[in-house]
Amino acid sequence: MIQSSASPDLLTTGSRGSRALGLFSLLGIAALLLFAFGLTEPDIRLHPTTGDEIGQFDAVRLLYLHVPLAVCTYVAFFFCALSSACYLIRRTPWFDTMAYAMAEVGTVFCGLVLMTGSIWGRPVWNTWWEWGDVRLMTTLVLFLTFLGYLGLRRATHDMTASARRGAVVALVAVINLPIVNRSVEWWENRTLHQKSTLGDLKIQDLTLFTLILGFFVFGLLMTWLLLHRFRVGWLERQGAEHRLAIAIIERRADADGGNLGMVVGDIP
Amino acid sequence: MTHLGYLLCGWGSALVVLGAYAVSTIRRGRKLSEGVPRERVRWLTTSGDDA
Repeated sequence: MIQSSASPDLLTTGSRGSRALGLFSLLGIAALLLFAFGLTEPDIRLHPTTGDEIGQFDAVRLLYLHVPLAVCTYVAFFFCALSSACYLIRRTPWFDTMAYAMAEVGTVFCGLVLMTGSIWGRPVWNTWWEWGDVRLMTTLVLFLTFLGYLGLRRATHDMTASARRGAVVALVAVINLPIVNRSVEWWENRTLHQKSTLGDLKIQDLTLFTLILGFFVFGLLMTWLLLHRFRVGWLERQGAEHRLAIAIIERRADADGGNLGMVVGDIP
Repeated sequence: MTHLGYLLCGWGSALVVLGAYAVSTIRRGRKLSEGVPRERVRWLTTSGDDA
């Protein structure tokens, strides 16, 4: 009778490092919420001629979420493309698993960027969505492209073909990344988005600190998610290889007259 | 505070989505780890371990 050496204990994708990372992420989110809602001031300015109050008011607190998510999305998709390129050169499963993990986490973040941007746009721009806005549209195309990437990866059980096709799609999709980022500069009359305020240091003090804290916290959270998602991908691959090894042994045992004579769990 | 509904909707939905994705990823890992021998996966620990 075939036995498996898989432990009956509950196994996880966690490790000491991942648990520490997860704890720091949770603490970071708590600190970010404190700064975003408790310590920073709303964006209120006076109109230079009329003296009326203008600005984003408390809606600015959504930007401490939206902007870091957008930057994390750029990072995830960039490293997805880099891992894909490395996979096409080296053909090792590590790079493919990493690219797949980056794409999935990046797609979740990209979807949240679109959602939080839309929620922020309603009170500030008086619209949920603007079809003529180049940054919105290029970001939507980026999101849909990587959704397609994820669909393509699930379309076949052939891991090698899936990895190769995914790598090519990721390298094509990432071309859109600099277009998304620079679109507000290249087509400044066709977007509601403002140009970068961070590079020109148009924001200061606690607002700037909270935004940087947001980059740090969501960067930590993304790393933690990537770590677990990478391990899930690695388990999928190892599980498939283990099942294949069992099938080969069973086939050989059948050919030898049903005398298996070994424990499948001994397979490395 | 102005725009409280938008703030709660934006922050709340984002944190819920991220939390749900994290939980689903961990559950996928637990389910998959049942079919893989320990020696193939060096980081695996039981839920009761300190490491």
